[in-house]
Amino acid sequence: MKKDWPLWEVFVRSKNGLEHRHFGSLHAADAEMALENARDVYTRRNEGVSIWVVESKYITASNPADNGEFFEPAQDKIYRHPTFYDLPDEVKHM
Amino acid sequence: MSEKEVKNLEAIFEARIARDEKIEPKDWMPEKYRQTHIRQISQHAHSEIVGMLPEGNWITRAPSLRRKAALLAKVQDEAGHGLYLYSATETLGISREELFDQLHSGKAKYSSIFNYPTITWADIGAIGWLVDGAAIINQVALCTTSFGPYARAMVRICKEESFHQRQGYEIMLTLCNGTPEQKAMAQDALNRWWWPSLMMFGPRDADSPHTEQSMKWKLKRKTNDELRQQFVDQTVPQADILGITVPDPDLKFNAETGHYDFGEIDWDEFWQVVKGHGPCNKERMEARVGAWERGSWVREAAMAYAEKQAKKKVAKAS
Ligand SMILES: [Fe+2]
Ligand SMILES: [Fe+2]
Repeated sequence: MKKDWPLWEVFVRSKNGLEHRHFGSLHAADAEMALENARDVYTRRNEGVSIWVVESKYITASNPADNGEFFEPAQDKIYRHPTFYDLPDEVKHM
Repeated sequence: MSEKEVKNLEAIFEARIARDEKIEPKDWMPEKYRQTHIRQISQHAHSEIVGMLPEGNWITRAPSLRRKAALLAKVQDEAGHGLYLYSATETLGISREELFDQLHSGKAKYSSIFNYPTITWADIGAIGWLVDGAAIINQVALCTTSFGPYARAMVRICKEESFHQRQGYEIMLTLCNGTPEQKAMAQDALNRWWWPSLMMFGPRDADSPHTEQSMKWKLKRKTNDELRQQFVDQTVPQADILGITVPDPDLKFNAETGHYDFGEIDWDEFWQVVKGHGPCNKERMEARVGAWERGSWVREAAMAYAEKQAKKKVAKAS
């Protein structure tokens, strides 16, 4: 019986104070192996201090084809930006 | 989807490319864009993987611990490059298994340069200097390619490549400053690797049917001939520093163009090697397929172990 190793997504924190960032993906039989492979594939030069791995099938992604409607609610809310508010130039530090 | 809808999507897609927007895996893309990218990125991945073989040949025979550690690290990097690129290819909807099948069945190509033998230690120097040097020129041009995952893999790869070239050039430098026999070895390696390195940039623009479409899609940012010229221009002065001679009687600096003119590549040899008749095509594929097959019980055992552990966990929890 032949079963292929599943695909995992790899997230790496480059240093404390920064968030984990998506670095790429790899195949591994289980989580432990995924972590070790991620270390060897993505951090050969000390690129990370922490790694997360998650099986790719557990990621739910938005569909770019729906971007229009999906992100539309934020489109007309210009009052969420500081530049929406008219203030005289004399007001400093704001 | 109707033909009209596809045309419309295509127009939107072309406009995005024209605006230098990146294309991400889940975005709509023309089928031909997808297929061309699967072909090119996987070919690139296969080259990194097969490329480990000629150099791997010298790891156990490196002349010092320093050289051995460096070569080992370089070959490990090439494995990493292959893995970055395979996962970039998989985002286009093809599995790793299919990609390996294409390589092992001979359906997919890899760079012809790796079908030449590494017969002396100087070849390891020449490969780092010339082959990685040529690869860097190709790869730097790809860092701004339109497909996001490919571009990101390229950026990572380019950061790692410069050590590869420097370690190769240092080997050449050491040989060239050594005994007359050592210097002759370096010259011999340059003689054998020079022309195949020029071939790494592919056929002449006039004979490269994909170039126009690839440039339009920003898959390629410079043509084969432009990149080849760049390689010659930067490599000849490096050979001068080594004090060895590029094996091309027609090589001459052209003060008018500011570039080196160089002789004609043996295109028959190029196509022979591409078609599988190079000195090591058979040996490389045997090594690759053999490693894959001999490793199959390990892959299966790891999977069986993972499943067993997962079941144990469930049992414990319930
Ligand atoms: Fe590489
Ligand atoms: Fe390299």
